[in-house]
Amino acid sequence: MSIRLENVSYRYLEDTPMETTALAEVNLEIGEGEFVGIIGPTGSGKSTLIQHFNGLLLPTSGKVWVDGVDLTHKDTQLRIIRQKVGMVFQYPEHQLFGETVLEDVGFGPQNGGLPAEEVEQRVRRALAYVGLDFEELKDQSPFELSGGQKRRVAIAGVLAMEPSVLILDEPTAGLDPKGREEILDEICALHKERGITVILVSHSMEDVARLVDRLIVMDKGRVVLDGTPVEVFREADTLRELGLGLPQVTELMHELKAKGLAVNTDILTVEAAEEEIARVMGGQR
Amino acid sequence: MKKQPLVRFADVSFAYAKSQTREGWQALREVNLEVFEHEFVAVLGRNGSGKSTLAKHVNALLTPTSGQVLVEGLDTGVPENVWEIRQKVGMVFQNPDNQLVATTVEEDVAFGPENLGIPPAEIQRRVTEALEAVDMLPYRLHPPHRLSGGQKQRVAIAGIVSMRPKCIVLDEPTAMLDPAGRSEVMRTIHRLNKEEGITVLHITHHMDEVIGADRVVVMDQGRIVLEGTPREVFSQVDLLRELHLDVPQVTDLAQRLSGRGLSLPLDILTVKEMVMQLCPSD
Amino acid sequence: MRFRNLTIGQHIPGDSPIHRLDPRTKILGTALLIVLLFSVDGFIGYALVALAVAAVIHLSELPWRFVIRGLRPLMVILLLTVGLNVFLTEGEVLFRLWFLTVTREGLVRGLMMGTRLILLILGTSLLTLTTSPIQLTDGIETLLNPFRRIGVPAHELAMMMTIALRFIPTLLEETEKIMKAQMARGADFQSGGLMQRAKSLIPLLVPLFVSAFRRADELAIAMEARGYRGGQGRTKFRELRFGRIDAVAMVLSVAFTVLVGVLF
Repeated sequence: MSIRLENVSYRYLEDTPMETTALAEVNLEIGEGEFVGIIGPTGSGKSTLIQHFNGLLLPTSGKVWVDGVDLTHKDTQLRIIRQKVGMVFQYPEHQLFGETVLEDVGFGPQNGGLPAEEVEQRVRRALAYVGLDFEELKDQSPFELSGGQKRRVAIAGVLAMEPSVLILDEPTAGLDPKGREEILDEICALHKERGITVILVSHSMEDVARLVDRLIVMDKGRVVLDGTPVEVFREADTLRELGLGLPQVTELMHELKAKGLAVNTDILTVEAAEEEIARVMGGQR
Repeated sequence: MKKQPLVRFADVSFAYAKSQTREGWQALREVNLEVFEHEFVAVLGRNGSGKSTLAKHVNALLTPTSGQVLVEGLDTGVPENVWEIRQKVGMVFQNPDNQLVATTVEEDVAFGPENLGIPPAEIQRRVTEALEAVDMLPYRLHPPHRLSGGQKQRVAIAGIVSMRPKCIVLDEPTAMLDPAGRSEVMRTIHRLNKEEGITVLHITHHMDEVIGADRVVVMDQGRIVLEGTPREVFSQVDLLRELHLDVPQVTDLAQRLSGRGLSLPLDILTVKEMVMQLCPSD
Repeated sequence: MRFRNLTIGQHIPGDSPIHRLDPRTKILGTALLIVLLFSVDGFIGYALVALAVAAVIHLSELPWRFVIRGLRPLMVILLLTVGLNVFLTEGEVLFRLWFLTVTREGLVRGLMMGTRLILLILGTSLLTLTTSPIQLTDGIETLLNPFRRIGVPAHELAMMMTIALRFIPTLLEETEKIMKAQMARGADFQSGGLMQRAKSLIPLLVPLFVSAFRRADELAIAMEARGYRGGQGRTKFRELRFGRIDAVAMVLSVAFTVLVGVLF
């Protein structure tokens, strides 16, 4: 199931002195099963962009197709699209409302018109995916859970719709290192095991370097770079100009090379850096 | 004569009472800590380690179930001392929005001095000074909702600075900010510490924010498990990992390369240091 | 997105004589206007008041279209009031329209009621257009202060107003975020009958309330940490001060009110 944007622009407060262009002529296609990272300085249009993927925003000009369906067409049922393209916002625990975990997590599939038994099955699976026990939590109030559990329940609420595309806007915001690692591992697992297309908006260069197959860099409403993490992080100067950094190890490799060490700078992870430096320094004590 | 600490925790234990939503639990266990004037102390720990609870004891938002917290000799457990303590120790919280109480920046920065009964002319002076100290003077008439997260936090800091405290406690002030906001806030508090001599107690779980501190205190399960300079603490990579804390990538790398036979110190904290170690020529 | 353009109180900054008046003067002036509008009778009376209001609008240096805009939300009530008076008053019949009767008395009545309403709206609009929310809050607090001894919580009221004003834009933004998050899970706030739409608001209102309570809690703690302990012993950053311009305005307003109110 693919998402395609054709010359999409989004402007608000049009025809007023405060007209703002949030997206400018974006052309993009995300194919099935991809794991895409979206990075960019604050205000670059990342949020606006992802809201076009599930029709929360419709372009001021240009077209959006999801699974071959034109979102701008007046007969398009956006509710159906939103079952297929799930979105987890920042601090998703702030949207919890159900009297029970079952009710809250089941909200999505229920809106999709599924019968109660099917909803319950999906809730069960979704909770399992985020490491929570259905039987233990189903009748509990989501407001009585710990912070970490609340976030997982909120994410489960989106997973319960069993979407083919999962969009996550900084899912690790506000979490401590352990929490971050757990959530990212679960997302990775979802991608590997279920082949779900994952779109991850993040501020962490280290996280995207490690996880994604494809990296899109945005600035001022435009796509500035689009390629594999290795390709993107080669453009160190462009990234620095945008106020974005490089993963620390990549930065290190660039500095070492500048000092004359013959290292490969296409390094994105600590493990790769370890191998490369050991190789080059091999024999030196 | 030994210098007196600004803040002293003496065998402090604290247990949260059972409430409607959760069981009671022991958040601090016999904590002993001293913070001296002009220090920049970072408190590191994962969620549930007790670091936030510790922070709230410094300005008497919480008082110990056993033990004592003394601020310049004043016992936080004595209600009559609380007001004076809160002028000496200011606190900045995690959520930038939920600290700003007024409709414009300058009104908010004036809130603290107003509470202290400072005369209006003096308040005006302090507001301007405080806004300059955090580099937000051009925004004095802005309403809070038109500020970025980093800007809001700097205004919150200014709101404390205007009270002329001796110490500022910051409870995970960057947790909800983007990288730009984080560096704005870190730069601001380091500058306040170095240029104005304000003692800083910075609570965080981000390793990179701890590098510039004078002293690092690591907490786990309500106890202080590690204390020392950033280098001393960071070189304990395995222990930090066990405590589910991150280390900077270069520190991790240094440890791994050491294991591979390269002679590298374990307390490498920045890219520059690593480069110098690997390419010592120039 | 549609929430972003809402300006609470519709305050337009400026430097006109009216802008520079102490908020207390303006509040009292508005109060006098209301009193006047309900004691005046007859064309000349209304005409004089209208002239006075027009003069103040002119002095405020505000573009007329902004001022007139204040009438828009109340158009329905205005037309209803005028209509009811025109068509339902007994008296000398002038002509018939379909099944409705228009009398001379009705026309007069309708015109006067309409004028009264318009002047009322314009007058209060002027207050909010030329006075910032902080000034208004300060003005109300200072006016109510003397009544503290009889139990009026002036400071607390002002604090509540300030905090409410401060958080309205923030809560509006949050409402938008929550709406989008729930829509992303298939929530539909648009369709269905009254009952269904009311029910569909639960996923919006519950999180909003929970969040508002959490904010209030955190804010209270932050305020305490900054030494807040109620109004006792507090000083004010900005002190309201009466100037010569206020004395002139007050004298003129009172004189005008008494004269016109009594004579007309």
